[in-house]
Amino acid sequence: MLIELKDVSYTYGKDTVYEVNALNHINLGIDEGEFIGIIGHTGSGKSTLIQHLNGLIKPTSGQILFDGSDIWEDGYNLRELRTHVGLVFQYPENQLFETDVITDVMFGPKNKGLSKDQCEERAKEALKQVGIPENFYKVSPFDLSGGQKRRVAMAGVLAMDPQVLILDEPTAGLDPAGRDEILGQIKYLHDKRGITIILVSHSMEDVAVYAKRLLVINDGRIAFDGSPKQVFTHYRELEQMGLAAPQVTYIMHRLHEKGLTVDLTATTVEEARRSILLALSMKKSGGTEEGGGSPWVK
Amino acid sequence: MGEVTLGQYYPTNSILHKLDPRVKFVGTLTYIISLFLIRGVAGWIFVTAVLAGLMFLSRVPFPYLIKSMRPILFILVITVIFNLLLTPGTIVWKFWIFQITKEGIRVAIQMALRLSYLVMGSSLMTLTTTPNALTDAMERLFAFLKVVKVPVHEISMMMSIALRFIPILMEEADKIKKAQMARGADFESGSFIRRMKAMIPLLVPLFVSAFRRANDLAMAMEARCYHGGDNRTQMKPLRYKGRDYVAYLLMAVMLTASILFRIFGKSAI
Amino acid sequence: MGIIRASKLGFDYIKYHDDSEDPEKINAIKGVDFDVEKGQFIAVLGHNGSGKSTLAKHINALLVPTRGTMYVDGVNTSEEEELWKVRQKAGMVFQNPDNQIIGTVVEEDVGFGPENLGVETEDIWHRVDDALAKVGMLGFRDRSPNRLSGGQKQRVAIASVVAMHPECIVLDEPTAMLDPNGRREVLECVRELNQKEGITVILITHYMEEVVFADNVIVMDRGQIVMRGTPRAIFSRVDELKHYGLAVPQVTELACELKQSGVDLPDGILTIDELVEALC
Repeated sequence: MLIELKDVSYTYGKDTVYEVNALNHINLGIDEGEFIGIIGHTGSGKSTLIQHLNGLIKPTSGQILFDGSDIWEDGYNLRELRTHVGLVFQYPENQLFETDVITDVMFGPKNKGLSKDQCEERAKEALKQVGIPENFYKVSPFDLSGGQKRRVAMAGVLAMDPQVLILDEPTAGLDPAGRDEILGQIKYLHDKRGITIILVSHSMEDVAVYAKRLLVINDGRIAFDGSPKQVFTHYRELEQMGLAAPQVTYIMHRLHEKGLTVDLTATTVEEARRSILLALSMKKSGGTEEGGGSPWVK
Repeated sequence: MGEVTLGQYYPTNSILHKLDPRVKFVGTLTYIISLFLIRGVAGWIFVTAVLAGLMFLSRVPFPYLIKSMRPILFILVITVIFNLLLTPGTIVWKFWIFQITKEGIRVAIQMALRLSYLVMGSSLMTLTTTPNALTDAMERLFAFLKVVKVPVHEISMMMSIALRFIPILMEEADKIKKAQMARGADFESGSFIRRMKAMIPLLVPLFVSAFRRANDLAMAMEARCYHGGDNRTQMKPLRYKGRDYVAYLLMAVMLTASILFRIFGKSAI
Repeated sequence: MGIIRASKLGFDYIKYHDDSEDPEKINAIKGVDFDVEKGQFIAVLGHNGSGKSTLAKHINALLVPTRGTMYVDGVNTSEEEELWKVRQKAGMVFQNPDNQIIGTVVEEDVGFGPENLGVETEDIWHRVDDALAKVGMLGFRDRSPNRLSGGQKQRVAIASVVAMHPECIVLDEPTAMLDPNGRREVLECVRELNQKEGITVILITHYMEEVVFADNVIVMDRGQIVMRGTPRAIFSRVDELKHYGLAVPQVTELACELKQSGVDLPDGILTIDELVEALC
């Protein structure tokens, strides 16, 4: 197991009037190569959780293991940990500061202590991965468009060559085209580069398409942990947590109530299309399950 | 989320909250003057009683009040040490080049009390007055400066905006710091110069963001028809009420008492 | 005659580059015509950089046209003497909730606009109470805006505009920085103002789910209006929308794909109810 959280709790402003339990006894294991989606409403504790994974926040109690060693043991090199576990914050473009794009991306590798040539090589590689062409290398990051800035900022984390990449709402504020682009790049990093991805998102539709495993955080606890399909069958409970399922889930349930025998676990448009077409053809051919049929449809 | 309590408005429904902000502003000044006027144990008991009374009246929880002292703790300690060691007089304790005198102890205690009372007194004002009310008060109190072309309204507007954005920028600084730490930045170790240099990745984005916010805000203000102080009415115009006159009267009493303490007070402490 | 009328509106700006000596002239808006009737709810869609925000700023006279004209309630926005009148008639809500709240207390922020308009003190209080009630934030009047959620902050921003008694409200991507709950909150609030108070609403967004209830939709691309019509008409042109970098809600996309696979469905399905109705 790559990252392991054992009974982790975190309290903000301990022993003050403002005491808030942000995390309550979290147990969690993350394997190499996973693609995990994290959902939870604002203030559920998900931001606090991800900052524990690279040692930016120290748990009030509990243990965090990376590659088997406790990251809060004396003498553990946290700065090195942060190069293995890359964290891209929300609106990461707000962290850009250098005079040109490539120097900014080199900041991470430089902190790692690599030589100038190595840094540059890393930076170029990272920029290529996020689709920033060479003629932008010497441009000031502040002259780029919003979407470009964000990708440069992502490259700044990628340049450290992390094993794990955590992204806190990487698509916030982008238009649909920009969203698809960023998500496509994240998928590429996972599929082709083998990077473990942890994606925090407000878009149920996005996590349903991309994540293999979905964590639902509510009140500082893990409320659900499973495949998106499994998790979204609990859409009623999700609603009580201020969340929702993808629109498709609702469509399928409504159709089912109306007597159309569709696959209730469909979460993407493509799955829904196939299932509906199948159900319609069955209905036409006088299929047996017309009217209040069984909920278990395959 | 870093909680900044230094002087942040603390809403309760106390009599201090209801007072006219001008009264509180003048009152704070009067209290500070009193602190420097009084002499003698009785005088100190008097200003302590006044402060305690005001704290009680404010209905702001005591721990919250004490917290406002934290940022100045460092200055406080330095002042005490310097006064303790550098005041000449009757030596009571000596070691190598250090010496503590009777006078030193006295001055150090006085300075420590004065400084902490000063900070507590003025934070009592900011805790019970919204920044807007406070800037309103200053705008009115210093209105006479308009005659000599001082842009009083603009200055007070700037102050109130600054007060609104300080917590936002503090939070933002924290976020950027963490984001750079996630990229391996090190803010804690190394020499002074190295540490100063390490601040660049924090300060540049913070400035960029502050400018962007300023720009956005200017536009939002224009969109809401802001055009300076001319022809502007006020939602909460300042009007003195009975209690405000009583407060002014009490201030006069306090000031007179302080002067009396100065004249008749024994300078034992 | 409509309350907002743009005719052949064009806007250029000059961009200076660090490295090259020639400043570049950029046509952000190219000959846009549109006419909004009083009380309508209009949505303006487009990807980032399509010119939709630039257009929005013309309605509030934050920008004035380089070419053509913009009239708001019969007032030409290019006339400098009418500036404050235009801004009072057309209120504006911006994207970043933090950067448009001026007051340190909710009610003081709502009072800021009326103060600038020179409204009498007593009347300001009425307006503030009324505006806060309309957006459902009356219970938060004494709070610091810093302690509100994103959706609540935007509702305060809306109340601040409502307190100026505008004829229309322009919202420039008010939900872009909010979570789904905040987004819903703000939209419900805007819809209610439109329906109950009859305030004309211009909503700029790139979330297609938000335009379903609009009377009319305008799609912008490269500074021009490329599509306009009812949401239903617009949403039946899924491929065209995708071409302009926009995504349709899952339900519309699903309906469109089912139709392409030979299922008999009407054009431009907007809601789950409609799809379920049509299929069963």
